[in-house]
Amino acid sequence: MPSIAPYDLGEFVERAVFLGDAPAFALADGTVHLPAGGGSVLTAHDGGLLTACLDEYSNRLLTGGEDGRVVAVDAKGAMGEVASIGKKWVSVVAGGPSGAVGFASGRTAYTWTNDGKVLEKQFSRTVEGIAFAPKGLRCAVARYDGASLFFPATDAEPLFLEWKGAHLGVAFSPDGKFLVTTMQENALHGWRIADGKHMRMTGYPSKVKDWSWSAKGKFLATTGAPAAILWPFSGKDGPMGKAPLELGTRGNVMVTSVACHPSEDMLAIGYSDGMILAVRFQDSKEALLRRGGKGPLRTMAWDRRGRLLAFGSEDGEAGVVDIAG
Amino acid sequence: MSDAVSQNVATPATENNPIPVTVLTGYLGSGKTTLLNRILSEDHGRKYAVIVNEFGEIGIDNDLIVESDEEIYEMNNGCVCCTVRGDLVRVVEGLTRRKGRFDAILVETTGLADPVPVAQTFFMDEDVRAKTELDAVVALVDAKHLPLRLKDSREAEDQIAFADVVLLNKTDLVSADDLSKVEATIRAINPHAVIHRTERAGIDLAKVLGQKAFDLKKVLDSDPDFLEEASHAHDDHVCGPDCDHQHNHHDHDHDHHHHAHGEASAIHDVTVTSISLKAGELDSKKFFPWIQALTQEEGPNILRLKGIIAFDGDPDRYVVQGVHMIIEGDHQRAWRVDEKRESRLVFIGRNLDREELEAGFAACAARVRAHAEA
Repeated sequence: MPSIAPYDLGEFVERAVFLGDAPAFALADGTVHLPAGGGSVLTAHDGGLLTACLDEYSNRLLTGGEDGRVVAVDAKGAMGEVASIGKKWVSVVAGGPSGAVGFASGRTAYTWTNDGKVLEKQFSRTVEGIAFAPKGLRCAVARYDGASLFFPATDAEPLFLEWKGAHLGVAFSPDGKFLVTTMQENALHGWRIADGKHMRMTGYPSKVKDWSWSAKGKFLATTGAPAAILWPFSGKDGPMGKAPLELGTRGNVMVTSVACHPSEDMLAIGYSDGMILAVRFQDSKEALLRRGGKGPLRTMAWDRRGRLLAFGSEDGEAGVVDIAG
Repeated sequence: MSDAVSQNVATPATENNPIPVTVLTGYLGSGKTTLLNRILSEDHGRKYAVIVNEFGEIGIDNDLIVESDEEIYEMNNGCVCCTVRGDLVRVVEGLTRRKGRFDAILVETTGLADPVPVAQTFFMDEDVRAKTELDAVVALVDAKHLPLRLKDSREAEDQIAFADVVLLNKTDLVSADDLSKVEATIRAINPHAVIHRTERAGIDLAKVLGQKAFDLKKVLDSDPDFLEEASHAHDDHVCGPDCDHQHNHHDHDHDHHHHAHGEASAIHDVTVTSISLKAGELDSKKFFPWIQALTQEEGPNILRLKGIIAFDGDPDRYVVQGVHMIIEGDHQRAWRVDEKRESRLVFIGRNLDREELEAGFAACAARVRAHAEA
């Protein structure tokens, strides 16, 4: 039976991650909580923290704030400023190969390389999302009417992948063959990068706000429905012409967070009532990890061994589930 | 942080308690910044987050002034008028994650901004809608320069047409005669807005904030044209005894609606029209299909619509309001015994076909019941 170590953090939890084997929680008030080993609280941003993500390449937490700063917290719990752009909001951050950091404010995308240089790229529309390709220093931004691919270190014109509508989040598939965006509409859009072939993923009753690639990139699990929706990406055409897998369907309770297990075909599903289920892809078998809570689940993350699951909610409830008990 | 934090004594906003949003529109130089500075510096015990297009002239130190680039997103649903402001979606989402941080949001738009996508953001984006409620659209108008603005742009007219409250500002810079003409022009564009005359944007903030102009429960209650004795009570209703501006309006022509139309037509620069419809009891089975089809087809031409409907056999008043193709309605309260069960609907927009609207509305009338004649 799984056991839960709960933490009442009292503020909106923007992101839960594991740094090494220790959980870390980035909160909207600008603090980062590291509860392991006696526990410590870092103040990453004045005002508020707007965005945070795990940099899988360098195993660190990256955050962006209202104070115009990008901050990194490493596995030892050491905090450092990556960049500062004045009093503009840093709305998105992403980690890339060789210690690179991408972030954006308004219509400018910034790429920080580990030799300390910050490269700026202007776009005609707001940069809503940013991501690094798995290899090489190549970035993608989500924007109005599509996504743009560019090499930050060169002046070459970005490659514009067009699709009408506002694109908000962006991610490469782990093999780098596909680019996927979340949209202002209740839909995802994707492109096969080699030839720009479109993939439309629609039918959601709500906006998609969290997603997670399964082990080896076989599926992309998403929120935005009263079930987790998993699009198959193992074939060369991605999900085109295939029905998605639906897991953890619950009448009228929305899925608000998803996290795929790092090695097995299994998904942690967080709901708007705070419940967490673990569901196996193969037979849809469900296991209850958390009964419920005060507010919607915002974020979840597995440790690299796939035994611990960190979670955080919009109401400041957080915790770590040990599935082995 | 500033004193503003310790002033945060009002009820903290929660999800059950949506955060009110006031939109300030107006041309460059109309007094928006002056009004914002007043709102931020006055001792009202409330803390505001302010979304501006450009930092700069706001002299108040406030850690909740956010700059955002106007970013209009057309929704991918085939409707050209279904637009939202993507920048507001992002900033409002960011601001509203932390509870009790502020009590209300002010959105300042640029002089050239279209107020419609701003307003639609608060209806069309599910997250923004869940956490906030549009309180009112307030337009500032420069009394001296309005005639010129109307000549060279459509935005100035749109801002007035779309507003719930109009501050006719800089009244000290024009003669009483010119002021009356400018006010008549505003009335011609939007007979339903509440107009306040101001100097240096000096106004009791209670007349600008907390208006609940989009609240269906209150819709039209503050609309002078909808009040029973609108044409007589109007000015007294608009300006309370504590108003600090010139009260020379009692010698206005009280039948301002028709009068204003006549006067403004001489300006030739007004392209927005307002159409008021009146009928008896309506048949809901006829009214809903009609209004749905109408807003689908004519949505791009409709800036605002508001109405109170008396449905046959329904003891409650039904209220509707709309922006372009978005329309919402709800039961408001029971009809009072002394009230005439009458249906009224007003449209503000362009290229509206009065005869067609009148005929369509009239065709929704409930049939007289057989037993009534027996």
